[in-house]
Amino acid sequence: MISRRGALIGASGLLLSGCERITTSPTVRKVLTLGEKASLTGQRLVTDRNALAPEFTRADLSPRFRVNGNYLPKSPIYASHVANGFADWKLEIGGLVGRPMTLTLAQLKAAPQRTQITRQDCVEGWSAIGEWTGVPLALLLRQAKLSDKAQYIVFHCADDFSDIPYYESIDLIDAMHPQTILAHTMNRQPLPVGHGAPIRLRVERALGYKQAKYIMRIEAVASLAGIYGGKGGYWEDHSGYQWFAGI
Amino acid sequence: MDAETSPVTLQNPPDDAQKLIYRTRLPVRIWHWLNALSIFALLMSGATIFNAHPRLYWGKFGANYDQPWLVIGKRGQEGFLQLGSLEIPTTGFLGYTPYSTKAIPPLFTIPNYYSLAEGRQWHFFFAWMLVISLLALLFYSLFSKHISRDLALTSEERKPSHLWQDIKQHARLRFPTGEAARAYNPLQKIAYLGVIFVLIPLVILTGMTMSPNLNAAFPFLLDIFGGRQSARSIHFLCAAAFCAFIFIHLLMVVLAGPINELRSIVTGWYRLPPARKDLL
Repeated sequence: MISRRGALIGASGLLLSGCERITTSPTVRKVLTLGEKASLTGQRLVTDRNALAPEFTRADLSPRFRVNGNYLPKSPIYASHVANGFADWKLEIGGLVGRPMTLTLAQLKAAPQRTQITRQDCVEGWSAIGEWTGVPLALLLRQAKLSDKAQYIVFHCADDFSDIPYYESIDLIDAMHPQTILAHTMNRQPLPVGHGAPIRLRVERALGYKQAKYIMRIEAVASLAGIYGGKGGYWEDHSGYQWFAGI
Repeated sequence: MDAETSPVTLQNPPDDAQKLIYRTRLPVRIWHWLNALSIFALLMSGATIFNAHPRLYWGKFGANYDQPWLVIGKRGQEGFLQLGSLEIPTTGFLGYTPYSTKAIPPLFTIPNYYSLAEGRQWHFFFAWMLVISLLALLFYSLFSKHISRDLALTSEERKPSHLWQDIKQHARLRFPTGEAARAYNPLQKIAYLGVIFVLIPLVILTGMTMSPNLNAAFPFLLDIFGGRQSARSIHFLCAAAFCAFIFIHLLMVVLAGPINELRSIVTGWYRLPPARKDLL
């Protein structure tokens, strides 16, 4: 005789395997991406592309801003940068630019700066407010004479997950936005290693996984195809997170 | 209950036993099912998203070091729900079950394994379906007068004494019969209007308030709801309200005659319940 408990477990097992067949079906997954496409198109259509993310006051700062993702890149090169206070660290700007550049941290700090108190929203749901100071990305891209062919800006990072390097990408709407900065200062202190020293990206209208830390190289490209997994970021390639991280 | 024990008062008088009326028109039926599908998918994929950080806060920010007002978690092999300073044990249901250590177990999530990325894909697909089908319903209602004719309360129904009467009748599980069952009853109208004009818009707006890109374009949304984490909390409370609505809605369907009610929302045809010969 089948016990009630056994029948329940059996029935829920059947139901769950049926559900799993739906959620893992390639067709279903393809149809579901329509939602992400509608969000990107819809939001771009109805929102002002230059609208500024809300900025807060120092009274709104999170008492403690949690570290997320990697908190210490494990490469020996990064360790040597930390050891000498990033004195030899250089940021490369290349790809589809007329004038490739390499910049030291001192040069970045000497450039015009922007300071903003903004909220970071993790894809998981939590939010933290911090104060960031850095160089507007648009300024650097203009200096590097960004080519007309460039469509995306890719950020190559020093950290990795299981030896797969972290990277992220944004389009030119976000790249040229006045609040998009390469931050070297957080809450009026040099950016801590846990938060991405020496510089991290602040792209304030996107979720946390776009805020690439430990940036080593910036590359302007015409297409994301051919860069690592081709989906525009580590989490996009390996876990199926949406490239559009505006919601 | 067999025929011999059933009370005589409930037996169908032959004259109006076969009276079928066309109660629910096709666009409303299509909306109902698209909406039902969307809300189930949204609740279950929302549970996956909630599991990524099963803590809720009030205000502009909120993360692990901040004070939550609601937490679903586990301590060893014991699940709990913490509501302010109150802690409710939920082992086997929330926080910890023999099959899962997630806040909301896989039986109630889409997908039925933990994948925040996939949960989000489901959530945003059906969020669009919810938005588009609501707009379509409202547009249709402009022409069909579905809302003003079928859902708006009549001036008689708006009287507190009438509403009180309806509440008492519901509490005794005595639903309108005969000609009175042709229209929705006042509590039913209030529930449906509440879902269409309060709950669904609120859940959509609080969802939009969680979008950093929409925050830049429409910062007043943050002011309305008191910050992103407050909006997230209200979004979750809306989800709880949907669960409560679904529970009561399905209970009412079962109590009012599941076959008849299902027929009316599938085919549109509803059999008027025979008028009660009241002995009470």
